[in-house]
Amino acid sequence: MAGTQDIRRRIRSVRNMQQITKAMKMVSAAKLRKAQLKLIAARPYARQLQGVLERLAQAPVDVIHPLLKKRPVQKVVYVLITSDGGLCGGYNANLIRKTSGLIAEAQQPVKLVTVGRKGRDFFRRGKIEFLAEYTKLGDDPSYSQAKEIAQEVVRLYEQGEADEVYILYTEFVSAMTQRPSQIKLLPIDQPEGKQGKQYIFEPSAEDILNSLLPKYVETLIFRSLLEGKASEQGARMTAMSSATDNAKTMIDKLSLAMNRARQAAITTEISEIVSGAASLE
Amino acid sequence: MAGTFSLQIVSPEGNVLKEDVEFVVLPGGAGELGILPNHSALIAGLDIGVIRYTLNGDVKRAAIAGGFVEVIDNAATVLADTVELGEAIDLARAVEAKERALKRLSSPRINEIDLRRAEYALRRATARISAASDNK
Repeated sequence: MAGTQDIRRRIRSVRNMQQITKAMKMVSAAKLRKAQLKLIAARPYARQLQGVLERLAQAPVDVIHPLLKKRPVQKVVYVLITSDGGLCGGYNANLIRKTSGLIAEAQQPVKLVTVGRKGRDFFRRGKIEFLAEYTKLGDDPSYSQAKEIAQEVVRLYEQGEADEVYILYTEFVSAMTQRPSQIKLLPIDQPEGKQGKQYIFEPSAEDILNSLLPKYVETLIFRSLLEGKASEQGARMTAMSSATDNAKTMIDKLSLAMNRARQAAITTEISEIVSGAASLE
Repeated sequence: MAGTFSLQIVSPEGNVLKEDVEFVVLPGGAGELGILPNHSALIAGLDIGVIRYTLNGDVKRAAIAGGFVEVIDNAATVLADTVELGEAIDLARAVEAKERALKRLSSPRINEIDLRRAEYALRRATARISAASDNK
């Protein structure tokens, strides 16, 4: 049996860890709330944009935009959204596992664009080619960051580096549940709709599509960044919460062991004294 | 007055405005664009500039940094890249941004990208100043 001193030292170190995980849990709870608010705030814009695109698809427009045109798929690009930091439970691992599965199944060669350090570090070990990588987006992804990524993705698509682009991110369901998901980014699937109203286009349908379609890509990326960020904080909160609980269980167990050791030591001492006294008689 | 129509302004950062207005003027790509109630269906690109809308007889302003507008069924929806309502604009900061942009523009060794960026910043700052200062 370990000595009381050793056990006491272990309790102290576990307690220190518990304080850290507790603090991290509270920090991520606050960040989660912020990320959730941003996610909600971004929804109306995304919905309206989607609506415009749908109604635009119904309008009799005879221009075919390159971002809408389907090509025979020879090259696929995945945009993988992970976090920079760890200590967030299975958040990155789950998405990376899904991505690996998709890459293994894919019939076409796959290249990657990674957002976040974790995804990059994992796939750098394999032989997958990277087309771009983004790290250090911070806790508060901005629209301009999404725009930068979107511009690069659109450029890759237009130059024929990719015939299809998917985005892989973690959908935020609740603080406890996050779901690895994928959506098709390019070419943009034109929503089917019934014949709608005839629009006046100012300056022209082509110009509108030229500015609207990249914006649609930006919005999708922005949303995935926000979803990912909220999921990350949720996953971290849950992970840190269970770490704090585990630390508590461990401290309880160690305290019990320590008290037992202390008692055993006292008992031994008493029996020594008693036997010492008995030998004098 | 011919009544009102609904004006909604949204940006990726959130829902900015939803009001029933009588008239709105938008900075269209090829000049200003006025919209009255019962306008026919329209989709138009918007430039950097000032949105003016009439709410209960009062003219209010907002600065927009590009985007587009969709008008359908007596409702106008402005999808802005970024937008700020006149009363929310920090005038001092906008003036500062304008001066900074002007200084950068007048610097002798300016490259193509910086030049365009500074011009863009200048136009944005000018729009914000005019949206903020004419707002009572």
